[in-house]
Amino acid sequence: MEFSQGLISAAYIIAALLFIFSLSGLSKQQTAETGNWYGIVGMAIALIATIADPRVDNVWIILVTMVIGAIIGLQLAKKVEMTQMPELVAILHSFVGLAAVLVGFNSYFEMDHSLMATFTDSQQMAVNIHLVEVFLGVFIGSVTFTGSIVAFGKLRGVINSAALMLPQRHKLNLLAGVISAILLVTFVQQGGGDNTLYIMAFIALVFGWHLVASIGGADMPVVVSMLNSYSGWAAAAAGFMLNNDLLIVTGALVGSSGAILSYIMCKAMNRSFISVIAGGFGTNVVIDTDTDYGDHVEIGAESVADMLNGAKSVIIAPGYGMAVAQAQYPVYEMTQALKAKGIDVRFAIHPVAGRLPGHMNVLLAEAKVPYDIVLGMDEINDDFAKTDVVLVIGANDTVNPAAAEDPTSPIAGMPVLEVWHAKNVIVFKRSMNTGYAGVQNPLFFKDNTQMLFGDAKDSVEKIFKAL
Amino acid sequence: MIIGIPKETLSGENRVASAPTAVVSLLKLGFEVKIQKGCGTKASFTDQEFIDAGANIAVKKDVWQSDIIFKVNPPTLDEIVAMKEGAYLVGFIAPAQNEDILAALKDKKITTLAMEMVPRMTRSQSMDALSSMANIAGYRAVIEATHQFGRFLTGQITAAGKMPPAKVMIIGAGVAGLAAIGTASSLGAIVRAFDTRPEVKEQIESMGAEFLELDYEEPEDTGSGDGYAKEMSKAFIDAEMALFAEQAKDVDIIITTAMIPGKPAPKLITTAMVESMKTGSIIVDLAAAGGGNCELTQAGKVVNENGVKIIGYTDLVSRLPNQASQLYANNLVSLAKLLCKEKDGMIKIDFDDVVIRNMTVVKANEITFPPPAIKVSAAPVKPKTEAVKAPEVKVKAPMSPVKKYSLMAAGALLFAWVASVAPADFLSHFTVFVLACVIGYNVVWNVSHSLHTPLMSVTNAISGIIIVGAILQVGNSNPLIQVLAGVAILIATINIVGGFVVTKRMLKMFRK
Repeated sequence: MEFSQGLISAAYIIAALLFIFSLSGLSKQQTAETGNWYGIVGMAIALIATIADPRVDNVWIILVTMVIGAIIGLQLAKKVEMTQMPELVAILHSFVGLAAVLVGFNSYFEMDHSLMATFTDSQQMAVNIHLVEVFLGVFIGSVTFTGSIVAFGKLRGVINSAALMLPQRHKLNLLAGVISAILLVTFVQQGGGDNTLYIMAFIALVFGWHLVASIGGADMPVVVSMLNSYSGWAAAAAGFMLNNDLLIVTGALVGSSGAILSYIMCKAMNRSFISVIAGGFGTNVVIDTDTDYGDHVEIGAESVADMLNGAKSVIIAPGYGMAVAQAQYPVYEMTQALKAKGIDVRFAIHPVAGRLPGHMNVLLAEAKVPYDIVLGMDEINDDFAKTDVVLVIGANDTVNPAAAEDPTSPIAGMPVLEVWHAKNVIVFKRSMNTGYAGVQNPLFFKDNTQMLFGDAKDSVEKIFKAL
Repeated sequence: MIIGIPKETLSGENRVASAPTAVVSLLKLGFEVKIQKGCGTKASFTDQEFIDAGANIAVKKDVWQSDIIFKVNPPTLDEIVAMKEGAYLVGFIAPAQNEDILAALKDKKITTLAMEMVPRMTRSQSMDALSSMANIAGYRAVIEATHQFGRFLTGQITAAGKMPPAKVMIIGAGVAGLAAIGTASSLGAIVRAFDTRPEVKEQIESMGAEFLELDYEEPEDTGSGDGYAKEMSKAFIDAEMALFAEQAKDVDIIITTAMIPGKPAPKLITTAMVESMKTGSIIVDLAAAGGGNCELTQAGKVVNENGVKIIGYTDLVSRLPNQASQLYANNLVSLAKLLCKEKDGMIKIDFDDVVIRNMTVVKANEITFPPPAIKVSAAPVKPKTEAVKAPEVKVKAPMSPVKKYSLMAAGALLFAWVASVAPADFLSHFTVFVLACVIGYNVVWNVSHSLHTPLMSVTNAISGIIIVGAILQVGNSNPLIQVLAGVAILIATINIVGGFVVTKRMLKMFRK
């Protein structure tokens, strides 16, 4: 079956609209599932229309590879633990990046170089623009590809998550950018050149690797959403190359979505996007170990249970530590036990808690915590003063009062969950080590704070038993 | 070394300087503990409990011969005679008032640490017995007031009529004042509180009281740098007294906690104010021992002045002897930990440690009181923070309009140049691109935070649309292009299927 060009264009328009509906559906919990279906249907329409395009040949190759790809994709998606979501997202980004690079190369190889000499001015201009598109597409795709692989490695723990500090790293990045720009000019002037394209692709691969390697683990939410954005721009660039509006629209949607997510994450950490990308957060900070914070007070699980029994309202502030300890299930069991006693239990989520935007929400949802008791920082920050007990489970920098109180602190000005206003704060922690930012947390030494050391999952289970 | 816990001899004192749980902690530090028989009876600790905790029970004479004596009240001169020469003593000493006791201690070379001299620092909070006792006093003050007060504190509407809530004014929001605020507000009263230090407003409000503000502003900082309030200027006091006079007519209970270390308590409630109060009103004067904040206070007694009762008990803390002893004992254990860092049962007086330096009033044959001044309060560091903030603000200043508009103009010119030379085809694609960016921007801003991860995986899936490009290329006759396109199709499909399926899985989990 072959579609006419008009029909294909119509299918693309419908697919683009469905993608837009898909994103707007995701704005609310109630419509989110429908939104996902819009996306699936849109994708199906686009694929059918493309395969039915008369220009497409070798349909059997397409179908076989797609079936294999679909099986792998299904396996990945079915098996992934919710705590590993950031890794999955990162590796999928690298696929988009790689695909964009391959499409870019193909598009370049497809050009007929022998006709160059006979072109009129306007044809020459069209070729130039096409070359720029190819160049940019390959560049963005390569950066996305290696960047995502490094992000994946860091999230999985294969690569050290600390920021890589090469000497003169800002100059190295700048140099890579300048060389790429020069290569772009020569590439267009020469009317294309295999070697120029290869060199640029190599530089872009190294640049992408270095870009993410020099960003610390605490900034991972920003990095992942930034790469999300890049993968979108790569798709858009491919769209320009192939004169395909559907690719352009989709790429632009994804690109702006990722950019907005990065912006939101940066704002949540009170840092400029540039400073995150330039990397090196928390490394040139002199950690003030001389400051006398006093002693921290320890508490046992039974005493916490007693305290919870006597409380009227409880807020749980989870962080990445809860995900690491897989404590979300016992946390929910404990929540149910408390709710059964008529105690008001809510969750407070900091925007950058976890390693992916919204990571904590997904984990809590996995443990079946109803989403109407899970609140964002802005919604709940004023309520801490009226709260009897706050349980800080595996969070550190996101509840650090130094951000609000100490203007010299490296995290000064970052909005944090103001848990210390509550009557009692229990901090679940494995040791007195600092958080990702390497900043000491005065919260631990406050009068109303008590520390419960040990694995978060064990501790929560003990409390649950004692209840 | 042996720690001796004698029975308190001051009349009306029910506390004891240790508790069974504290004995356990002291033993862990390597000390032996000798307890005078029956010393804990009034605080509801039996001798057997102490024995079970590992202490020895001894007679009075033996206990006083211990290496270290833990006490609550200052020792009498007779008790000092009973002590071993060169021993250590820890307790409330009131060094400024008890010069004779200091002299006697010095003569016997008894190194003495005064518990009221614990500096107000974060590190030393765990030994701050004044605070732990003040907390109890604040609580008990409200209980005593309620006991004498012939009404409910909370407001009630019953079938038999409506009862308004009582109004309580608390003067001085130190530890005792804050404890009193908390107790009174949890009993349902309307609580107002006043303090000369405006920075405690937040603490007062956090305990559930209204902060009474004064129109007058003191030119200087009102904290004295040591965590206590300092004496105020005449003009300030006049403004303050006017406020109290006005409040006295309205409130039912006044609790005063104003004390200035080493000085008689300021007189804040005059006879005229007491007369203006409603019959049946109560004043609790926590400063009674230091002369009282009210002109009519008599230490240790309840005075009834035209129906207004003025409670001047000085033993409020002793009226909760069990927990007061427990908390005091814990303060002493914290001190013992500081003195005996090696946990070998020996104590070391280290004058480099400001906490120990400040507390030590007699060291061997030398009186070391008063100690050199130390500044511990964090408040006066303000100017520094402002200096730090200033450059930051500059960086964040929005781009100057000139720069902004010239950048915009440059962008527009660049675009105009590209548009003038580019083919129409490119421009139409570019239009689509720009519009899609705008749509994406608007749509994504509405996504709630909790859905950011699903959003990311959906956008991930749909960015797999790049497969379209690869599909169009796979038909090319060049085998290299075919292979590359095939790989691109494969990985893009993984992306599409993986992204959508994992999103579906996640969204299934969100539920109300």
